[in-house]
Parts: sequence; structure tokens; C-alpha cells
Amino acid sequence: MLLVRRCPFLILLAVLPAVPALHAAPPPLRWGGDAEGGAPYVEADPNDPSRVRGFDVEVAGEIARGLGRRAEFVQVAFNSIDQSVERGDFEIGMSGVEDTPARRAAHAVTIPYYEFHEVLTVRAADGDRFRTLADLRGHRVGTLGATIAYEILEGQRVELVSYDDDVHPYEDLQQGRLDAVLLDNIIAARRVRRIPGLFIEPLPVATGHYIAVLAHDNTALRDRIDDVLRARMRDGTLERIDRKWGIWDRYQQPFFASVLSGKTSAAAQPAAPQPRKLVLAYIPLLLRASVVTVILSCAAMALAIFVGIGIASGRVYGNLAVRAALTTYVEVVRGTPVLLQLFVLYYGLSVVIRLPAFLAALLGLGLNYAAYESEIYRGALDAVPRGQLEAARILGLTEGQVLRFVRGPQAFRLALAPMTNDFVALLKDSSLVSVITVVELTKQTQIFATNIGSWVVPGLLCAALYLALSLPLSRLARTLEVRWKAPTS
Amino acid sequence: MESADVLKIDALRLLRGKREILRGVQLAAHRGELLALMGLSGGGKTTVLRCITALEPFDAGSIALEGLVLHPGGTASRAVMRRLRRQVGMVFQFPSLFEHMTAIENVTLAPLHVNRESKGDAERRAMDLLASLGVGHRANALPRELSGGEAQRVAIARAMAMDPPLLLMDEPTASLDPARRGELGETLVRLKSGGRTLLITTHDDDFARAFADRVVILAEGEVVEEGPPRAVLTNPKHPATRALLAHE
Repeated sequence: MLLVRRCPFLILLAVLPAVPALHAAPPPLRWGGDAEGGAPYVEADPNDPSRVRGFDVEVAGEIARGLGRRAEFVQVAFNSIDQSVERGDFEIGMSGVEDTPARRAAHAVTIPYYEFHEVLTVRAADGDRFRTLADLRGHRVGTLGATIAYEILEGQRVELVSYDDDVHPYEDLQQGRLDAVLLDNIIAARRVRRIPGLFIEPLPVATGHYIAVLAHDNTALRDRIDDVLRARMRDGTLERIDRKWGIWDRYQQPFFASVLSGKTSAAAQPAAPQPRKLVLAYIPLLLRASVVTVILSCAAMALAIFVGIGIASGRVYGNLAVRAALTTYVEVVRGTPVLLQLFVLYYGLSVVIRLPAFLAALLGLGLNYAAYESEIYRGALDAVPRGQLEAARILGLTEGQVLRFVRGPQAFRLALAPMTNDFVALLKDSSLVSVITVVELTKQTQIFATNIGSWVVPGLLCAALYLALSLPLSRLARTLEVRWKAPTS
Repeated sequence: MESADVLKIDALRLLRGKREILRGVQLAAHRGELLALMGLSGGGKTTVLRCITALEPFDAGSIALEGLVLHPGGTASRAVMRRLRRQVGMVFQFPSLFEHMTAIENVTLAPLHVNRESKGDAERRAMDLLASLGVGHRANALPRELSGGEAQRVAIARAMAMDPPLLLMDEPTASLDPARRGELGETLVRLKSGGRTLLITTHDDDFARAFADRVVILAEGEVVEEGPPRAVLTNPKHPATRALLAHE
């Protein structure tokens, strides 16, 4: 009171925060998550798709409230949450972010706020056959890339299939492309409800926890968030949220108790291996992935050339109907993203025909590039001087012979340099096929980067491998261009 | 068609859009003669050759060769086309050699794949032909390495390799200097020995006077005058012929 009497303006200062017009509001708490992951984590609100909802959304809201701030959602790809938080796109990342030794080593992480289990989902008919991972030896098991489940499967003698999302693995399981899916029990329970014919094995494979991740040096904010989380565990707010989203189970109460007593703080997994060791361990994987890239690119290019020649010949020699059909093909393929075409081939067509992933990738890239190749060949065929074609016809050569001996070889020489350039482009575009579970060079690099928590070494290694593949090709293109200059007349 | 005619063109008409390029061309070539089709540029000379080789369909009239007739609309059957290709060879104004093949490969292509001759036979004949035309030493050169005159002689060898009874040549003298023209004339005279018929287009009256057996003057899509070169070119009756000579 003495203070008040002596300094009346202090009273004014004390009430200022309550007057919004005079006081700037604290900045919103920007938090990143992936709405594609869906409920119960983060999903677009069906009533207002510009907003998100989910249990992670509510936990983030509680954290913001506890800090006296307003939560602001930032959409980010699940695989990029760690990198984005580190570069400052948002302050905390959370949407089913798992507590792993690598994450703890590379970033600041909060105390865990939910305990989940990695569970196996199989087709109902296989319920008795594949009870544990050991039963699945040599079988195809799918999971989300860059997760604990992925790391568990890497150490098993199963054929590991990596996905970018957690919906398609279950669809592929139902359709027989996979024999099992290993993922968090929350995800499994939700998918099994929607996709008939699936069964969750009761024996959990592993236990894990969700945490929120912050930039490495942001420990001050992390500590304040930990306080908020503990308070919300104590006062029942987290339980209320979990119950609301149907994920409260018998494991949560003891888990909260152990967190509050300070027992569950370190990750349950073995300690993170040394980064240098990890890099060495990944080099053979990267080399193997680049073999996939090379085989896929070569096979897709061969298909593109073969089909491209057919399309170009049809457009140059065919009747009106053939020309119209082929023109439509070329325009549709060139006018739509190859990513979309891959999705349609792999997932869209699966009702009719279930293509294996590599074959779908090969067809998708090959048929896409065929459209571009055909345009090169058509231009090259048209560029062969008409006088030569007429001279050949007058000599008595059939149209087929004119194409084979006169037009084709010259068009081929004209097309070779642009074709080689396209091959280099295809080599790089082959990275797109990771969306349909093919692990090639870029995908392997991404997994590598996520596991060691940095893009520097994996990115440099990956770039070096691509360059080692593409530079000789570019050189070949230049050499051919010089050797087979277009005829001058 | 007289028995001695290897080619008889009757009332040949051809339109491009509304423009009438050929307006009833009447023309016959006798066996073993060198016939020069003359006229100013744009008179339709090349178009006549293109019609004879069925590279271009025509709108009315007919073209008769030994044992076959071409009708308007370019609807010749495969059999007719095959026979046409055996009877008529052509050397274009721009030689149009196959750029990716050497001189000798240009010459042997049709014998190998149309006549199905053995490689040895085809190459031996091709070498003889190239040598007789004075370009034997260029057999392994690519077209882009040949001079204009050499390329033309390789193109003649290419046409001659199929031994056509009727050989058409479009403006063979156009790119040659006077000395080379004389050589070409002598070559043509040699080619027609043995009963081969040559139909060449030219606007070079000196060349026609020296080597042609007969000239036909084409002006604005019509034959306006014809006869022995000395008569027609020394004493032109039609204004178009006089213009052609004045032009030279």
C-alpha cells in the first residue's frame, strides 16, 4: 500500500495488461503438425476445413493457454516436422511426434503426454498365422517412414515397405499388397474401424510416447511447456481430452503417474548410435537405393522410348482417328502432374488391377515420359527433309523401308541429345515414386536425414550420387550432339 | 500411244487451290530420246515431273507409261505403284542424298532392299556406276563432304542403280558451271544409249541445243511449242519461247 500511495501510476501499470487497446497481445504460439495424418491427431474440421481439430490440436491449445498465448496452427509434412521446427517455421511441432533417442539428441523435446503401442494389424484370416514379427519373416510389412515402427522393422527379417501416410498401408493390406502393418495402436484402431476384414494382434510389439519437439536451443520454452503439461495431467485436462477423442485406455493412468513422479522421462528405446556410425551404416543403404534409382530409370526410359516411337509414328503416319487418340494421350499426360498419375496407377487402379509398387512406378514414369519422348521423335521425324523421303519412295522403297532406312536413323540422331537430357530429368523425377512405397535414392536419403536429425551429410551424399549418375549422361549428350550434327541441307 | 512412246501425257490438269498450275499438258517421250522440257521458272516443269512420279496427284487427264496408266486423284493401286517405281527414276534439283549414308550406301540402298541383290553385287555395280560418273574416289564420303557437282553425280548413280527405262532429271544444269555442264551433257548422252529415255527440265537453251533430241516449251501450264531444238530455239514462234531465250 505504501508503494501505491507513493507511486499511484503503478496501479495503472498493473491494470494495463487488461486493457487490450493499450497493450500489444503476446505473439501467438505457432505450432506445426500434419493435418494429412488425420484424426484423432490433427484433421481438418469437417464443419470448417480452414480450421483443424484433434487431440493434438487440443493439447496444443492447452499449452498455449498455459503460456498465456493463443495457438496458431502451421501445416507441415509429417516427415519435415523436425527440420521445420529447427529452422524456425514454428515453435513446437506435434502430431503424433514420437519420443526417440535421435530426436532427443538433435532437438529439445517435452515430457511425453501420451503412451501408445506399436501393434501389428493383419488380414482377419491371418489372425492366427501372424501373431508376432517373428511369424512375418520374409513377408511384406508396411509402415510409415521415419517412425519408431520403421526402425523396428528395419531390424527384422521382413520385407519392409515404407509409406508417406498412414491410410494407404491399411488399404494395401486389405488388398493383399502387404501381409501386415506395424503402427501405433491409435492409428490401427481407427483404420480397422473403416476398412473391413482387418484384425489387430493383441500383443503389442513395442511401447512408445508422443512428445512435442522444439528447436535444439529452445530449452527455456520447453521447460515452461513441461510445467504446463504436468499441470494438465494433474488437473485431469489431458484425460478429458483423451476421453473426448476416444484414446484414453488403461495404460494412460499409470503412465501419467510415472511421468509426474519423474520416472518416464528418457526414451524407452536404446541409446542413439553415434552419428558417424549411423552415417557409415547408411552408406550401403544409399548405394542400394541408387541401384533402385538406376534400374527404375533405365527400365522406365526404355519403355518411354518404345512407346514414344509408337506414338510418334502413329501421329506422323496414322489416320485421323489414330492421330486424334494419340494427341489426346500426349496432351492429357503432359497436362497433368506425374505425381497424380502415379497415385492413379497404384491406388486408383487397384480396384481393377493390383500392380506391384515397382511395376506401377515403372509404368507411371515410362508412360509419362513416353508422351514427352513422342514429341521429340515427332519433331525429329518431321525434320528429315522431304526431298530425301521422296527420293527414297521413287527408288521403290516401301513406307516401312523409308522409315527404317532413311527417316528413322536420321530422326534418331536428331533426337538423341534431347533424349539424353530427358533421361537425366527422368533420373531425378524417379524420386517421385517414393509416394507409392518404392524406396529409391531420395526416399532413402530422407529416412537417413530424419534418423540422424540433419540434412547436411545425407543431402550431400545424395547429391553426389545423383551427380555421379547424371554427369556422364550429360557428357554423352554433348558428345553425341557434336558428332551427329543435324544435316545442313 | 505409239509403240515407241515410253511416256504419254494427255490433257494433264492440276490445281493448287484456285490456281491452275497445269492446264491440259500434252506430251510424249519416245524411246531412247533425250527430251528437254523448257520454260521459265514457275511454268510448271517440275510439277509435270512430280505428277509422272506420282509424288503429286493431279486433277484431270492421264499419264500413260509402258503397261500402266495414272489417273486423277492419286488412287494408283500398289501393283501399279510398284511397276511405276521400276520404270521411272528421278534425280532432284537438290540431290537429296541420304545424309547419314556414304555415297556408295546411297547408291546400294535400293538394290539391296528393293531388288534384294547381294551386298557384293550391289556394291560392285555401285562402284562401276560411281566410277563411270567420275566420282568413284568419293564412294566413302558423306553427302556433306561432297561438292554440288559430286553430289549430283552420286544422285544420278543412285537413280541409275535401279536401271529405270525412263529417267527424269529436274534442272540438272542449274548448279553447274559451263565446263561441268558439258560433262553432264556427255554423261546423259551415254545414259540414253541402250534405249533409255531421258526427260530433263531446264531453262538452259545452250545445253538443250547441244544435247537434246527434242524440246518441249511449257508456259503457264501449257505446251506452247515443240520440235527439234535447233528449229524451236533458233526460230521461236511463241512469245513465251522468245521470252525464255531473251531471259537467258
